[in-house]
Amino acid sequence: MNSDRGIPLGRAAFLGTVVAGIGGIALTSRFSGAVSSAMSGVAGAIPVVKEIAPTKGWRIYAVNPPMPVFDPASYKLELGGIVDNARTLTWDEVAALPTELQVSDFHCVTGWSVNGVQWQGIRPRTIVDLCRPTAVTTHVTFFSSEHPYMDQLTLDQFLEADVMLATGMDGRPVPRAHGAPLRLVVPRMYGYKGVKWVNAIRFDPGPVFGYWEQRGYDIDAWVGDSNGL
Amino acid sequence: MASERIRRFSRTERLAHWWLAATTGLMTVTGAFLYFPALAQLLDRPTAKLLHLVAAIALPAGWLLLTLVGDHRALGRTLRDADRLDDDDLKWLSGGPRRLVNRDDEPPQGRLNAGQKLNLMVTLGLMVVLGVTGVLLWLGERDTTYRFAGSVHVHDLATLALTFLVAGHLYLALLHPTTSPALEGMTGGSVDREWARRHHAKWVAAEEASGAAEEPAEPAVLATGSERLPER
Ligand code: HEM
Repeated sequence: MNSDRGIPLGRAAFLGTVVAGIGGIALTSRFSGAVSSAMSGVAGAIPVVKEIAPTKGWRIYAVNPPMPVFDPASYKLELGGIVDNARTLTWDEVAALPTELQVSDFHCVTGWSVNGVQWQGIRPRTIVDLCRPTAVTTHVTFFSSEHPYMDQLTLDQFLEADVMLATGMDGRPVPRAHGAPLRLVVPRMYGYKGVKWVNAIRFDPGPVFGYWEQRGYDIDAWVGDSNGL
Repeated sequence: MASERIRRFSRTERLAHWWLAATTGLMTVTGAFLYFPALAQLLDRPTAKLLHLVAAIALPAGWLLLTLVGDHRALGRTLRDADRLDDDDLKWLSGGPRRLVNRDDEPPQGRLNAGQKLNLMVTLGLMVVLGVTGVLLWLGERDTTYRFAGSVHVHDLATLALTFLVAGHLYLALLHPTTSPALEGMTGGSVDREWARRHHAKWVAAEEASGAAEEPAEPAVLATGSERLPER
């Protein structure tokens, strides 16, 4: 058979695949939400990683589904550890704390990002002033009502200017999938540091490993400077 | 008198194939660890990522080495072969669904049938797409200006497409009765001549017309210059 005979459909298939893929980067960047929903169907087949109602390019991870349900009447936020003023706040008390607005990008360690998220939340300074950690405090640990999820920042990291405990997201209360009613936001670190469904904050005299750190992730999860090559 | 076997793939072609299979397999497994964070309990993320990146670099590096030290003409010939689809190939493609139902005879095929030609080309295309989006993901970790939401979607979707292709490929190569005899061609280099005549009639006819592609008496002799298929 003469290999010059016939039509060059092979290279058309090759180039078509490449062009569709490269073009797809632009296209799916645009319609990121729709693609996320489609992909979440695939990941949703795996029970431990359930993605529910993703919006705008988010992929929702929960380590212990079903995700916690927020009930304003029974919600409690425990503030404790080595502090002068340990206390437990009701949702009304949390909601009465002063909040600020910020717009920041969100980066996941698995490679996706959501740019320009508008957060409303409580600044760390407010929490620190409220419970007054003692001089030996070096770390702050955040517990999720999604047991056993927890993670930790150093006190200095917690007090960075762009860190907040968010109660609002994109103009509405933080939705269930994003950690209702209270989640940690650390824009310059990967999302796994941003504990969702926070129900307790503990001031500690030393480090403990967070949920993912116990599974090999970096403790200091700086975007672009952690978690491998 | 033609021997009972016919040489199908040179050593270079087989190495190129198994290198693709090995590196792709490693990338698929380690990629699953990166995609499903919950699997990190079995293999930690930095290790999975290191292996993933090593395999991603090893694939093109190994192929480059093969074209330099191996029989690059065999690779070029196969690519040129897969590029061109003749009338019988088009009939093979359009009659595919019907053949599944009423088991018609296939139109005579060359060394690769039309499905294999497209599989080869689409696989190579997906490799390029995975490579480009992979580089973008890697750059995006260093500098968020390279972080396009689409990179990770396309990387995921291309992986999904490749997984379907490879699943079909593995079924045909290992399980399907009329195609699994091809496996010997990819392991030892030669296949049963009668099987080849039934499924790749035009190829066998062309080989026999040129008097080449006899299975050499010494099976250890592989892909030497004299053994190459004739120019066509
Ligand atoms: C253990 C796993 C695998 C086995 C047993 C296997 C087997 C084979 C065999 C027997 C052939 C030759 C078919 C012929 O004689 O025409 C072949 C060709 C080929 N294989 Fe594989 N393969 C494997 C994995 C893969 C993987 C992972 C890929 C791609 C990522 C791949 C891509 C190809 C391509 C593109 C061809 C040439 C065109 C075609 O036959 O479709 N193979 N393989």
